[in-house]
Amino acid sequence: RRQDVLTVTPWLAPIIWEGTFNSDILDSAYRPLNLTIGVTAFAIGKYTRFVGRFLESAEKHFMKGYRVNYYIFTDNPETIPNVQLQSGRRFVIVPMEKYPSWQKTSMRRMEAINKHIAETSHQEVDYLFCLDIDMVFYNAWGPETLGDIVAAIHPGYFNVPRSQFPYERRSSSAAYIPDGEGDFYYGGAVFGGLVKKVYEFTKTCHMTILTDKANGIMAAWREESHLNRHFLSHKPSKVLSPEYLWDDRKLKPPEIHLIRFSTVDKNYKEIQD
Amino acid sequence: MGITKLHGLAILVTAGITGAIWYHHPFPPASDQKPTASSEEGILLQTDLNETSPMLPRRRDVLVLTPWLAPIVWEGTFNRDILNAQYMQKNLVTGVVTFAVKKYVQFVEGFMSSANKYFLAGHQVNFYLFTDNPEQISHLQMAPENHLFVIPVQNHSQWQDISMSRMGIISRYIRSQFQYEIDYLYSIDIDVQLFEHIGVEIIDTLVGTISSWHYTARRESKSYETRTESQAAIPTGEGDFYYTASFYGGSVAEVYKLTRACFKGVMEDRENGIEARWHEESHLNKYLLYHKPTRLLSPEYYWDEELSRPRIIQVKRMCSVRKDGEK
Repeated sequence: RRQDVLTVTPWLAPIIWEGTFNSDILDSAYRPLNLTIGVTAFAIGKYTRFVGRFLESAEKHFMKGYRVNYYIFTDNPETIPNVQLQSGRRFVIVPMEKYPSWQKTSMRRMEAINKHIAETSHQEVDYLFCLDIDMVFYNAWGPETLGDIVAAIHPGYFNVPRSQFPYERRSSSAAYIPDGEGDFYYGGAVFGGLVKKVYEFTKTCHMTILTDKANGIMAAWREESHLNRHFLSHKPSKVLSPEYLWDDRKLKPPEIHLIRFSTVDKNYKEIQD
Repeated sequence: MGITKLHGLAILVTAGITGAIWYHHPFPPASDQKPTASSEEGILLQTDLNETSPMLPRRRDVLVLTPWLAPIVWEGTFNRDILNAQYMQKNLVTGVVTFAVKKYVQFVEGFMSSANKYFLAGHQVNFYLFTDNPEQISHLQMAPENHLFVIPVQNHSQWQDISMSRMGIISRYIRSQFQYEIDYLYSIDIDVQLFEHIGVEIIDTLVGTISSWHYTARRESKSYETRTESQAAIPTGEGDFYYTASFYGGSVAEVYKLTRACFKGVMEDRENGIEARWHEESHLNKYLLYHKPTRLLSPEYYWDEELSRPRIIQVKRMCSVRKDGEK
Protein backbone atom coordinates (compact mmCIF):
# COMPACT_ATOMS: atom_id res chain seq x y z
CA ARG A 1 0.00 0.00 0.00
CA ARG A 2 1.40 3.42 -0.97
CA GLN A 3 0.09 6.57 0.66
CA ASP A 4 2.93 8.84 -0.44
CA VAL A 5 2.25 8.81 -4.17
CA LEU A 6 -0.67 9.06 -6.58
CA THR A 7 -1.71 5.51 -7.50
CA VAL A 8 -4.80 6.17 -9.63
CA THR A 9 -5.24 8.79 -12.38
CA PRO A 10 -8.37 10.99 -12.49
CA TRP A 11 -9.67 8.73 -15.26
CA LEU A 12 -9.22 5.72 -12.94
CA ALA A 13 -6.17 4.19 -14.61
CA PRO A 14 -3.80 2.57 -12.09
CA ILE A 15 -0.32 4.09 -11.66
CA ILE A 16 2.08 1.24 -10.97
CA TRP A 17 4.51 1.64 -8.07
CA GLU A 18 6.20 -0.99 -5.90
CA GLY A 19 3.84 -1.74 -3.06
CA THR A 20 0.63 -1.21 -5.02
CA PHE A 21 0.32 -4.73 -6.39
CA ASN A 22 0.65 -8.37 -5.41
CA SER A 23 2.61 -10.31 -8.04
CA ASP A 24 1.22 -13.67 -7.00
CA ILE A 25 -2.39 -12.62 -7.52
CA LEU A 26 -1.53 -11.07 -10.89
CA ASP A 27 0.45 -14.10 -12.03
CA SER A 28 -2.40 -16.41 -11.08
CA ALA A 29 -4.71 -14.30 -13.27
CA TYR A 30 -2.37 -13.88 -16.26
CA ARG A 31 -0.32 -17.09 -16.48
CA PRO A 32 -3.29 -19.32 -17.43
CA LEU A 33 -4.01 -17.04 -20.40
CA ASN A 34 -0.91 -18.35 -22.20
CA LEU A 35 0.06 -14.93 -23.42
CA THR A 36 2.95 -13.96 -25.61
CA ILE A 37 4.50 -10.59 -24.88
CA GLY A 38 6.37 -8.80 -27.65
CA VAL A 39 9.15 -6.26 -27.25
CA THR A 40 10.35 -3.92 -29.99
CA ALA A 41 13.68 -2.16 -29.72
CA PHE A 42 15.66 -0.22 -32.32
CA ALA A 43 19.40 -0.84 -32.60
CA ILE A 44 20.41 1.46 -35.42
CA GLY A 45 24.03 2.25 -36.31
CA LYS A 46 26.22 2.23 -33.22
CA TYR A 47 23.28 1.43 -30.94
CA THR A 48 23.79 -2.25 -31.67
CA ARG A 49 26.39 -2.22 -28.89
CA PHE A 50 23.52 -2.04 -26.34
CA VAL A 51 21.69 -5.14 -27.53
CA GLY A 52 23.65 -7.70 -25.53
CA ARG A 53 23.15 -6.04 -22.17
CA PHE A 54 19.52 -5.22 -22.92
CA LEU A 55 18.69 -8.84 -23.74
CA GLU A 56 20.71 -10.40 -20.92
CA SER A 57 19.03 -8.17 -18.34
CA ALA A 58 15.61 -8.76 -19.93
CA GLU A 59 16.15 -12.49 -19.61
CA LYS A 60 16.70 -11.99 -15.88
CA HIS A 61 13.87 -9.56 -15.15
CA PHE A 62 11.34 -9.04 -17.96
CA MET A 63 8.09 -11.04 -17.79
CA LYS A 64 9.61 -14.11 -16.19
CA GLY A 65 7.57 -17.20 -16.82
CA TYR A 66 5.83 -15.80 -19.89
CA ARG A 67 6.47 -16.32 -23.59
CA VAL A 68 8.42 -13.38 -24.97
CA ASN A 69 9.35 -12.37 -28.52
CA TYR A 70 12.10 -9.77 -28.86
CA TYR A 71 11.97 -7.88 -32.17
CA ILE A 72 15.25 -6.06 -32.70
CA PHE A 73 15.00 -3.56 -35.54
CA THR A 74 18.44 -2.93 -36.98
CA ASP A 75 20.32 -1.76 -40.07
CA ASN A 76 23.30 -3.79 -38.90
CA PRO A 77 22.21 -7.41 -38.40
CA GLU A 78 25.77 -8.75 -38.49
CA THR A 79 26.76 -6.85 -35.36
CA ILE A 80 23.89 -8.19 -33.24
CA PRO A 81 25.37 -10.57 -30.64
CA ASN A 82 23.98 -14.03 -30.13
CA VAL A 83 22.33 -14.02 -26.71
CA GLN A 84 21.26 -17.24 -25.01
CA LEU A 85 17.52 -17.10 -24.27
CA GLN A 86 15.39 -19.20 -21.93
CA SER A 87 12.81 -21.57 -23.31
CA GLY A 88 9.60 -19.93 -24.54
CA ARG A 89 11.53 -16.83 -25.56
CA ARG A 90 12.50 -15.88 -29.12
CA PHE A 91 14.66 -13.28 -30.71
CA VAL A 92 13.91 -11.94 -34.19
CA ILE A 93 15.97 -9.47 -36.23
CA VAL A 94 13.91 -7.00 -38.23
CA PRO A 95 16.13 -5.48 -40.91
CA MET A 96 15.84 -1.74 -41.43
CA GLU A 97 17.16 0.67 -43.99
CA LYS A 98 19.84 2.96 -42.67
CA TYR A 99 18.64 6.57 -42.63
CA PRO A 100 21.03 9.51 -43.15
CA SER A 101 20.90 10.68 -39.53
CA TRP A 102 19.92 9.47 -36.08
CA GLN A 103 17.09 11.96 -35.80
CA LYS A 104 15.56 10.85 -39.06
CA THR A 105 15.66 7.23 -37.95
CA SER A 106 14.01 7.91 -34.64
CA MET A 107 11.17 9.70 -36.39
CA ARG A 108 10.47 6.57 -38.42
CA ARG A 109 10.06 4.25 -35.46
CA MET A 110 6.30 4.66 -35.17
CA GLU A 111 5.90 3.79 -38.82
CA ALA A 112 8.23 0.80 -38.56
CA ILE A 113 6.47 -0.61 -35.50
CA ASN A 114 3.06 -0.09 -37.11
CA LYS A 115 4.11 -1.80 -40.32
CA HIS A 116 5.71 -4.68 -38.46
CA ILE A 117 2.54 -5.26 -36.42
CA ALA A 118 0.46 -5.35 -39.59
CA GLU A 119 2.83 -7.73 -41.38
CA THR A 120 3.98 -9.97 -38.60
CA SER A 121 3.63 -9.42 -34.88
CA HIS A 122 -0.17 -9.13 -34.69
CA GLN A 123 -0.27 -12.86 -35.26
CA GLU A 124 2.47 -13.63 -32.79
CA VAL A 125 1.89 -11.56 -29.66
CA ASP A 126 -0.97 -10.44 -27.42
CA TYR A 127 0.76 -7.46 -25.84
CA LEU A 128 3.57 -5.37 -27.26
CA PHE A 129 6.04 -3.09 -25.48
CA CYS A 130 8.16 -0.60 -27.40
CA LEU A 131 11.35 0.09 -25.49
CA ASP A 132 14.56 1.99 -26.06
CA ILE A 133 17.57 -0.28 -26.52
CA ASP A 134 20.11 1.77 -24.57
CA MET A 135 18.59 0.63 -21.30
CA VAL A 136 19.02 -2.17 -18.78
CA PHE A 137 16.59 -4.10 -16.57
CA TYR A 138 17.58 -4.13 -12.90
CA ASN A 139 14.44 -5.47 -11.22
CA ALA A 140 11.26 -7.34 -12.05
CA TRP A 141 8.99 -6.12 -14.82
CA GLY A 142 5.90 -8.33 -14.74
CA PRO A 143 2.19 -8.62 -15.60
CA GLU A 144 1.40 -5.56 -13.45
CA THR A 145 2.43 -3.65 -16.59
CA LEU A 146 -0.09 -5.30 -18.91
CA GLY A 147 -3.00 -3.19 -20.09
CA ASP A 148 -4.85 -1.93 -23.15
CA ILE A 149 -2.76 1.24 -23.54
CA VAL A 150 0.30 1.66 -21.33
CA ALA A 151 2.50 4.73 -20.91
CA ALA A 152 5.31 5.55 -18.48
CA ILE A 153 6.02 8.75 -16.54
CA HIS A 154 9.29 10.34 -17.63
CA PRO A 155 11.87 10.28 -14.79
CA GLY A 156 12.86 13.87 -15.37
CA TYR A 157 9.38 15.34 -14.92
CA PHE A 158 7.43 13.48 -12.27
CA ASN A 159 8.26 16.00 -9.58
CA VAL A 160 8.15 19.11 -11.70
CA PRO A 161 5.22 21.51 -12.26
CA ARG A 162 3.18 21.00 -15.41
CA SER A 163 4.22 24.39 -16.79
CA GLN A 164 7.75 23.06 -17.06
CA PHE A 165 6.89 19.94 -19.05
CA PRO A 166 8.76 20.04 -22.39
CA TYR A 167 5.60 19.60 -24.44
CA GLU A 168 5.73 21.01 -27.96
CA ARG A 169 4.63 24.65 -27.50
CA ARG A 170 4.53 25.87 -31.10
CA SER A 171 0.92 25.92 -32.29
CA SER A 172 2.05 25.14 -35.84
CA SER A 173 3.01 21.61 -34.79
CA ALA A 174 0.54 18.73 -34.69
CA ALA A 175 2.06 17.81 -31.32
CA TYR A 176 1.15 21.18 -29.80
CA ILE A 177 -0.10 21.22 -26.22
CA PRO A 178 -1.14 24.67 -24.96
CA ASP A 179 -0.06 26.06 -21.60
CA GLY A 180 -2.09 24.75 -18.72
CA GLU A 181 -3.06 21.57 -20.53
CA GLY A 182 -1.59 18.14 -20.05
CA ASP A 183 -1.76 15.34 -17.51
CA PHE A 184 1.69 13.79 -17.09
CA TYR A 185 4.88 13.98 -19.12
CA TYR A 186 5.25 10.52 -20.60
CA GLY A 187 8.62 9.15 -21.72
CA GLY A 188 9.08 7.98 -25.29
CA ALA A 189 11.39 5.17 -24.22
CA VAL A 190 8.55 3.01 -22.87
CA PHE A 191 5.05 2.51 -24.20
CA GLY A 192 2.88 -0.45 -25.08
CA GLY A 193 -0.38 -2.29 -24.67
CA LEU A 194 -2.60 -4.71 -26.54
CA VAL A 195 -1.06 -5.23 -29.94
CA LYS A 196 -4.20 -3.90 -31.60
CA LYS A 197 -4.06 -0.69 -29.56
CA VAL A 198 -0.36 -0.19 -30.23
CA TYR A 199 -1.12 -0.60 -33.94
CA GLU A 200 -3.74 2.15 -33.70
CA PHE A 201 -1.73 4.70 -31.81
CA THR A 202 1.53 4.18 -33.69
CA LYS A 203 -0.45 4.87 -36.83
CA THR A 204 -1.90 8.08 -35.40
CA CYS A 205 1.49 9.27 -34.14
CA HIS A 206 3.07 8.50 -37.49
CA MET A 207 0.37 10.59 -39.18
CA THR A 208 0.99 13.59 -36.94
CA ILE A 209 4.75 13.23 -37.50
CA LEU A 210 4.19 13.27 -41.26
CA THR A 211 1.90 16.29 -40.94
CA ASP A 212 4.67 18.19 -39.20
CA LYS A 213 7.18 17.09 -41.81
CA ALA A 214 4.91 18.40 -44.57
CA ASN A 215 4.76 21.72 -42.72
CA GLY A 216 8.54 21.82 -42.32
CA ILE A 217 8.47 21.55 -38.54
CA MET A 218 10.10 19.02 -36.21
CA ALA A 219 8.70 18.69 -32.69
CA ALA A 220 10.91 19.61 -29.74
CA TRP A 221 11.35 16.06 -28.47
CA ARG A 222 10.52 14.28 -31.69
CA GLU A 223 8.36 11.18 -31.22
CA GLU A 224 8.04 11.81 -27.51
CA SER A 225 6.25 15.10 -28.23
CA HIS A 226 3.80 13.35 -30.53
CA LEU A 227 3.29 10.56 -28.03
CA ASN A 228 2.47 13.10 -25.32
CA ARG A 229 0.00 14.85 -27.59
CA HIS A 230 -1.65 11.54 -28.38
CA PHE A 231 -1.89 10.35 -24.78
CA LEU A 232 -3.40 13.66 -23.71
CA SER A 233 -6.45 13.12 -25.89
CA HIS A 234 -6.47 9.30 -25.75
CA LYS A 235 -5.64 8.63 -22.15
CA PRO A 236 -3.65 5.49 -21.25
CA SER A 237 -5.50 2.77 -19.38
CA LYS A 238 -2.42 2.11 -17.23
CA VAL A 239 0.48 4.37 -16.26
CA LEU A 240 3.88 3.10 -15.14
CA SER A 241 5.75 5.06 -12.46
CA PRO A 242 9.34 6.18 -13.17
CA GLU A 243 10.52 2.87 -11.64
CA TYR A 244 9.86 1.54 -15.14
CA LEU A 245 11.74 4.28 -16.95
CA TRP A 246 14.59 5.62 -14.90
CA ASP A 247 17.65 7.69 -15.69
CA ASP A 248 20.73 6.60 -13.76
CA ARG A 249 22.08 10.12 -13.80
CA LYS A 250 19.24 11.24 -11.54
CA LEU A 251 19.39 11.08 -7.78
CA LYS A 252 16.88 8.54 -6.50
CA PRO A 253 14.21 10.22 -4.32
CA PRO A 254 12.59 8.32 -1.41
CA GLU A 255 9.41 7.73 -3.44
CA ILE A 256 11.31 5.53 -5.87
CA HIS A 257 11.71 2.29 -3.92
CA LEU A 258 12.94 0.21 -6.79
CA ILE A 259 14.49 0.87 -10.19
CA ARG A 260 13.39 -1.68 -12.77
CA PHE A 261 14.49 -0.29 -16.12
CA SER A 262 17.08 2.44 -16.57
CA THR A 263 19.40 4.18 -18.98
CA VAL A 264 22.89 2.98 -19.67
CA ASP A 265 25.58 5.55 -19.10
CA LYS A 266 26.87 6.54 -22.48
CA ASN A 267 28.98 9.01 -24.34
CA TYR A 268 26.49 10.66 -26.68
CA LYS A 269 29.04 12.03 -29.12
CA GLU A 270 30.50 8.60 -29.60
CA ILE A 271 27.32 6.93 -30.72
CA GLN A 272 25.78 9.50 -33.02
CA ASP A 273 27.15 10.08 -36.49
CA MET B 1 -25.19 -19.68 -67.53
CA GLY B 2 -21.53 -20.30 -67.34
CA ILE B 3 -18.96 -18.10 -65.71
CA THR B 4 -17.61 -15.77 -68.34
CA LYS B 5 -14.19 -14.16 -68.36
CA LEU B 6 -15.84 -10.95 -67.14
CA HIS B 7 -17.24 -12.70 -64.11
CA GLY B 8 -13.85 -14.20 -63.44
CA LEU B 9 -12.22 -10.81 -63.67
CA ALA B 10 -14.83 -9.28 -61.34
CA ILE B 11 -14.21 -12.04 -58.80
CA LEU B 12 -10.45 -11.53 -58.99
CA VAL B 13 -10.74 -7.77 -58.58
CA THR B 14 -13.05 -8.14 -55.58
CA ALA B 15 -10.71 -10.67 -54.02
CA GLY B 16 -7.83 -8.36 -54.65
CA ILE B 17 -9.52 -5.40 -53.03
CA THR B 18 -10.62 -7.51 -50.06
CA GLY B 19 -7.10 -8.83 -49.72
CA ALA B 20 -5.69 -5.31 -49.82
CA ILE B 21 -8.17 -4.14 -47.18
CA TRP B 22 -7.26 -7.10 -44.98
CA TYR B 23 -3.60 -6.29 -45.37
CA HIS B 24 -4.03 -2.72 -44.22
CA HIS B 25 -6.34 -3.63 -41.34
CA PRO B 26 -4.98 -6.66 -39.52
CA PHE B 27 -7.71 -6.17 -36.90
CA PRO B 28 -11.11 -6.28 -38.65
CA PRO B 29 -13.81 -4.84 -36.39
CA ALA B 30 -15.66 -7.38 -34.26
CA SER B 31 -19.04 -8.23 -35.73
CA ASP B 32 -20.82 -7.11 -32.57
CA GLN B 33 -19.10 -3.76 -32.44
CA LYS B 34 -21.41 -0.78 -32.57
CA PRO B 35 -20.53 2.19 -34.74
CA THR B 36 -18.71 4.66 -32.55
CA ALA B 37 -17.56 8.22 -32.74
CA SER B 38 -14.32 8.62 -34.64
CA SER B 39 -11.39 7.49 -32.57
CA GLU B 40 -9.48 10.46 -33.89
CA GLU B 41 -11.61 12.73 -31.71
CA GLY B 42 -9.72 12.73 -28.49
CA ILE B 43 -10.74 13.78 -25.03
CA LEU B 44 -10.25 17.50 -24.85
CA LEU B 45 -11.08 17.97 -21.19
CA GLN B 46 -8.47 19.19 -18.81
CA THR B 47 -7.23 17.86 -15.54
CA ASP B 48 -6.30 20.30 -12.81
CA LEU B 49 -2.70 20.65 -11.69
CA ASN B 50 -3.47 18.99 -8.39
CA GLU B 51 -5.14 16.01 -10.06
CA THR B 52 -2.08 14.67 -11.85
CA SER B 53 0.80 15.32 -9.56
CA PRO B 54 2.45 11.92 -9.11
CA MET B 55 3.74 12.85 -5.67
CA LEU B 56 0.36 14.04 -4.40
CA PRO B 57 -2.12 11.29 -3.62
CA ARG B 58 -5.70 12.61 -3.65
CA ARG B 59 -6.88 10.39 -0.79
CA ARG B 60 -4.34 9.34 1.82
CA ASP B 61 -6.93 8.05 4.23
CA VAL B 62 -8.29 5.15 2.19
CA LEU B 63 -7.13 2.37 -0.12
CA VAL B 64 -7.72 3.45 -3.74
CA LEU B 65 -6.20 0.48 -5.57
CA THR B 66 -6.55 -3.23 -4.82
CA PRO B 67 -3.50 -5.55 -4.84
CA TRP B 68 -4.66 -6.76 -8.26
CA LEU B 69 -4.74 -3.17 -9.53
CA ALA B 70 -8.49 -2.58 -9.60
CA PRO B 71 -9.30 1.06 -8.72
CA ILE B 72 -11.49 1.59 -5.65
CA VAL B 73 -13.77 4.53 -6.36
CA TRP B 74 -13.89 7.19 -3.66
CA GLU B 75 -14.82 10.88 -3.83
CA GLY B 76 -11.75 12.80 -4.93
CA THR B 77 -10.16 10.01 -6.92
CA PHE B 78 -11.87 10.65 -10.24
CA ASN B 79 -12.78 13.37 -12.69
CA ARG B 80 -16.27 12.65 -13.97
CA ASP B 81 -16.01 15.05 -16.93
CA ILE B 82 -13.15 13.05 -18.42
CA LEU B 83 -14.92 9.76 -17.74
CA ASN B 84 -18.15 11.09 -19.30
CA ALA B 85 -16.30 12.09 -22.45
CA GLN B 86 -14.71 8.63 -22.70
CA TYR B 87 -18.09 6.92 -22.08
CA MET B 88 -19.90 9.01 -24.68
CA GLN B 89 -17.33 8.17 -27.35
CA LYS B 90 -18.33 4.55 -27.13
CA ASN B 91 -22.13 4.94 -27.48
CA LEU B 92 -22.91 2.67 -24.57
CA VAL B 93 -26.22 1.76 -22.98
CA THR B 94 -26.36 0.74 -19.34
CA GLY B 95 -29.17 -1.22 -17.69
CA VAL B 96 -30.36 -1.46 -14.11
CA VAL B 97 -32.21 -4.52 -12.86
CA THR B 98 -34.23 -4.33 -9.65
CA PHE B 99 -36.93 -6.35 -7.90
CA ALA B 100 -40.08 -4.98 -6.20
CA VAL B 101 -41.91 -7.98 -4.82
CA LYS B 102 -44.77 -7.89 -2.28
CA LYS B 103 -44.27 -5.09 0.26
CA TYR B 104 -41.22 -3.87 -1.60
CA VAL B 105 -43.49 -2.23 -4.15
CA GLN B 106 -43.70 0.70 -1.70
CA PHE B 107 -40.11 1.59 -2.51
CA VAL B 108 -40.53 1.88 -6.28
CA GLU B 109 -41.53 5.53 -6.38
CA GLY B 110 -38.62 6.72 -4.22
CA PHE B 111 -36.12 4.54 -6.04
CA MET B 112 -37.19 5.52 -9.54
CA SER B 113 -37.48 9.25 -8.91
CA SER B 114 -34.05 9.45 -7.27
CA ALA B 115 -32.44 7.11 -9.82
CA ASN B 116 -33.81 9.17 -12.71
CA LYS B 117 -32.17 12.20 -11.19
CA TYR B 118 -28.86 10.76 -10.00
CA PHE B 119 -28.04 7.49 -11.77
CA LEU B 120 -25.89 8.04 -14.84
CA ALA B 121 -27.65 11.37 -15.36
CA GLY B 122 -27.52 12.47 -18.99
CA HIS B 123 -26.86 8.97 -20.35
CA GLN B 124 -29.36 6.41 -21.58
CA VAL B 125 -30.35 3.96 -18.83
CA ASN B 126 -32.77 1.05 -19.24
CA PHE B 127 -34.51 0.22 -15.96
CA TYR B 128 -35.78 -3.36 -15.77
CA LEU B 129 -38.24 -3.56 -12.89
CA PHE B 130 -39.32 -7.07 -11.91
CA THR B 131 -42.50 -7.07 -9.84
CA ASP B 132 -45.35 -9.37 -8.80
CA ASN B 133 -47.66 -6.38 -8.73
CA PRO B 134 -47.38 -4.52 -12.03
CA GLU B 135 -50.77 -2.79 -11.48
CA GLN B 136 -49.47 -1.11 -8.34
CA ILE B 137 -46.65 0.63 -10.19
CA SER B 138 -47.99 4.15 -10.49
CA HIS B 139 -47.14 6.14 -13.57
CA LEU B 140 -43.51 7.02 -13.16
CA GLN B 141 -41.84 10.08 -14.65
CA MET B 142 -38.77 8.97 -16.55
CA ALA B 143 -35.94 11.23 -17.69
CA PRO B 144 -36.14 11.65 -21.50
CA GLU B 145 -33.09 9.48 -22.18
CA ASN B 146 -34.21 6.63 -19.88
CA HIS B 147 -36.55 3.69 -20.44
CA LEU B 148 -38.58 1.66 -17.96
CA PHE B 149 -39.50 -1.98 -18.60
CA VAL B 150 -41.91 -3.50 -16.05
CA ILE B 151 -41.55 -7.30 -16.03
CA PRO B 152 -44.01 -9.45 -14.03
CA VAL B 153 -42.64 -12.22 -11.79
CA GLN B 154 -44.17 -14.86 -9.57
CA ASN B 155 -44.69 -14.41 -5.87
CA HIS B 156 -42.71 -16.67 -3.51
CA SER B 157 -43.52 -17.67 0.02
CA GLN B 158 -40.39 -16.34 1.65
CA TRP B 159 -38.27 -13.25 1.05
CA GLN B 160 -35.24 -15.44 0.80
CA ASP B 161 -36.85 -17.37 -2.01
CA ILE B 162 -37.27 -14.41 -4.31
CA SER B 163 -33.83 -13.20 -3.34
CA MET B 164 -32.39 -16.57 -4.12
CA SER B 165 -33.95 -16.83 -7.52
CA ARG B 166 -33.06 -13.25 -8.47
CA MET B 167 -29.74 -14.53 -9.78
CA GLY B 168 -31.58 -17.10 -11.87
CA ILE B 169 -34.02 -14.55 -13.23
CA ILE B 170 -31.27 -12.08 -14.10
CA SER B 171 -29.17 -14.63 -15.93
CA ARG B 172 -32.19 -15.91 -17.90
CA TYR B 173 -33.20 -12.42 -18.95
CA ILE B 174 -29.64 -11.46 -19.92
CA ARG B 175 -29.56 -14.43 -22.20
CA SER B 176 -32.98 -13.93 -23.74
CA GLN B 177 -33.21 -10.16 -23.86
CA PHE B 178 -30.77 -7.85 -22.07
CA GLN B 179 -27.68 -8.82 -24.04
CA TYR B 180 -29.27 -7.33 -27.15
CA GLU B 181 -30.26 -4.08 -25.48
CA ILE B 182 -27.46 -3.04 -23.16
CA ASP B 183 -23.68 -3.14 -22.77
CA TYR B 184 -23.44 -2.87 -18.99
CA LEU B 185 -25.86 -4.09 -16.32
CA TYR B 186 -26.17 -3.25 -12.62
CA SER B 187 -28.31 -5.03 -10.06
CA ILE B 188 -29.57 -2.66 -7.37
CA ASP B 189 -31.86 -3.33 -4.40
CA ILE B 190 -35.16 -1.44 -4.65
CA ASP B 191 -35.24 -0.26 -1.04
CA VAL B 192 -32.71 2.50 -1.60
CA GLN B 193 -32.63 6.15 -2.56
CA LEU B 194 -29.94 8.10 -4.34
CA PHE B 195 -28.87 11.43 -2.84
CA GLU B 196 -25.80 12.21 -4.94
CA HIS B 197 -24.73 11.43 -8.45
CA ILE B 198 -23.65 7.93 -9.30
CA GLY B 199 -22.00 8.33 -12.66
CA VAL B 200 -19.93 6.57 -15.27
CA GLU B 201 -17.13 6.02 -12.77
CA ILE B 202 -18.98 2.81 -11.96
CA ILE B 203 -18.74 1.47 -15.51
CA ASP B 204 -16.23 -1.34 -15.84
CA THR B 205 -16.07 -5.04 -16.71
CA LEU B 206 -16.85 -6.53 -13.28
CA VAL B 207 -17.79 -4.25 -10.40
CA GLY B 208 -18.40 -4.98 -6.73
CA THR B 209 -19.34 -2.56 -3.94
CA ILE B 210 -17.61 -2.81 -0.57
CA SER B 211 -20.18 -3.40 2.14
CA SER B 212 -20.65 -0.44 4.48
CA TRP B 213 -20.64 -2.81 7.47
CA HIS B 214 -17.31 -4.26 6.61
CA TYR B 215 -15.12 -1.58 5.17
CA THR B 216 -12.68 -1.63 8.02
CA ALA B 217 -13.33 -5.11 9.39
CA ARG B 218 -10.53 -7.53 9.82
CA ARG B 219 -10.96 -10.68 7.78
CA GLU B 220 -12.08 -12.84 10.69
CA SER B 221 -15.16 -10.77 11.37
CA LYS B 222 -16.36 -10.80 7.77
CA SER B 223 -19.65 -12.52 7.09
CA TYR B 224 -18.44 -15.10 4.62
CA GLU B 225 -20.10 -18.49 4.61
CA THR B 226 -17.64 -20.93 6.18
CA ARG B 227 -19.55 -24.24 6.28
CA THR B 228 -17.90 -26.41 3.69
CA GLU B 229 -21.22 -28.07 2.80
CA SER B 230 -22.32 -24.84 1.12
CA GLN B 231 -21.19 -23.92 -2.39
CA ALA B 232 -20.62 -20.41 -1.08
CA ALA B 233 -18.01 -21.51 1.46
CA ILE B 234 -14.80 -19.53 1.64
CA PRO B 235 -11.90 -21.21 3.49
CA THR B 236 -10.85 -19.54 6.73
CA GLY B 237 -8.16 -16.97 6.21
CA GLU B 238 -9.17 -16.23 2.64
CA GLY B 239 -11.05 -13.28 1.22
CA ASP B 240 -10.24 -9.82 -0.08
CA PHE B 241 -13.21 -7.58 0.72
CA TYR B 242 -16.80 -8.18 1.77
CA TYR B 243 -19.07 -7.10 -1.07
CA THR B 244 -22.73 -6.14 -0.77
CA ALA B 245 -25.29 -7.87 -2.98
CA SER B 246 -27.33 -4.66 -2.99
CA PHE B 247 -25.25 -3.12 -5.79
CA TYR B 248 -23.05 -4.99 -8.24
CA GLY B 249 -22.66 -5.15 -11.99
CA GLY B 250 -20.41 -4.95 -15.02
CA SER B 251 -20.46 -5.89 -18.66
CA VAL B 252 -23.48 -7.90 -19.65
CA ALA B 253 -21.22 -10.91 -20.39
CA GLU B 254 -19.55 -10.82 -16.98
CA VAL B 255 -22.80 -10.29 -15.08
CA TYR B 256 -24.22 -13.27 -16.95
CA LYS B 257 -21.33 -15.45 -15.81
CA LEU B 258 -21.62 -14.17 -12.25
CA THR B 259 -25.37 -14.62 -11.91
CA ARG B 260 -25.25 -18.02 -13.54
CA ALA B 261 -22.50 -19.23 -11.23
CA CYS B 262 -24.26 -17.88 -8.13
CA PHE B 263 -27.59 -19.38 -9.19
CA LYS B 264 -25.90 -22.72 -9.74
CA GLY B 265 -24.46 -22.51 -6.23
CA VAL B 266 -27.85 -21.60 -4.79
CA MET B 267 -29.55 -24.54 -6.48
CA GLU B 268 -26.87 -27.02 -5.38
CA ASP B 269 -27.19 -25.77 -1.81
CA ARG B 270 -30.96 -26.21 -1.98
CA GLU B 271 -30.55 -29.79 -3.15
CA ASN B 272 -28.21 -30.42 -0.24
CA GLY B 273 -30.65 -28.87 2.23
CA ILE B 274 -28.46 -25.94 3.16
CA GLU B 275 -28.92 -22.20 2.81
CA ALA B 276 -25.95 -19.84 2.82
CA ARG B 277 -25.59 -17.49 5.75
CA TRP B 278 -26.34 -14.31 3.80
CA HIS B 279 -28.15 -15.96 0.91
CA GLU B 280 -27.15 -14.70 -2.51
CA GLU B 281 -24.63 -12.29 -0.98
CA SER B 282 -22.59 -15.26 0.28
CA HIS B 283 -22.48 -16.72 -3.21
CA LEU B 284 -21.59 -13.32 -4.67
CA ASN B 285 -18.66 -13.03 -2.29
CA LYS B 286 -17.37 -16.45 -3.21
CA TYR B 287 -17.61 -15.62 -6.89
CA LEU B 288 -15.81 -12.29 -6.56
CA LEU B 289 -13.04 -13.88 -4.51
CA TYR B 290 -12.14 -16.21 -7.35
CA HIS B 291 -13.09 -13.82 -10.18
CA LYS B 292 -11.67 -10.56 -8.98
CA PRO B 293 -13.61 -7.41 -9.83
CA THR B 294 -11.93 -4.99 -12.23
CA ARG B 295 -13.27 -2.05 -10.23
CA LEU B 296 -14.56 -1.64 -6.68
CA LEU B 297 -17.00 0.97 -5.43
CA SER B 298 -16.43 2.37 -1.96
CA PRO B 299 -19.24 2.26 0.61
CA GLU B 300 -20.22 5.75 -0.63
CA TYR B 301 -22.10 3.88 -3.31
CA TYR B 302 -24.31 1.87 -0.97
CA TRP B 303 -24.56 3.11 2.58
CA ASP B 304 -26.67 1.37 5.20
CA GLU B 305 -28.65 4.15 6.92
CA GLU B 306 -28.43 2.39 10.26
CA LEU B 307 -24.72 3.08 10.47
CA SER B 308 -23.28 6.35 11.68
CA ARG B 309 -21.10 7.93 9.03
CA PRO B 310 -17.34 7.97 9.59
CA ARG B 311 -15.13 10.75 8.25
CA ILE B 312 -13.75 8.66 5.41
CA ILE B 313 -17.20 8.57 3.84
CA GLN B 314 -17.28 12.08 2.38
CA VAL B 315 -20.37 11.45 0.29
CA LYS B 316 -23.35 9.11 0.72
CA ARG B 317 -24.54 8.58 -2.81
CA MET B 318 -27.06 5.81 -2.33
CA CYS B 319 -28.59 4.76 1.01
CA SER B 320 -30.88 2.07 2.22
CA VAL B 321 -34.36 3.28 3.12
CA ARG B 322 -35.84 2.45 6.52
CA LYS B 323 -38.18 -0.47 6.24
CA ASP B 324 -41.49 -0.89 8.07
CA GLY B 325 -42.40 -4.41 8.98
CA GLU B 326 -40.46 -7.58 8.57
CA LYS B 327 -38.81 -8.87 5.44
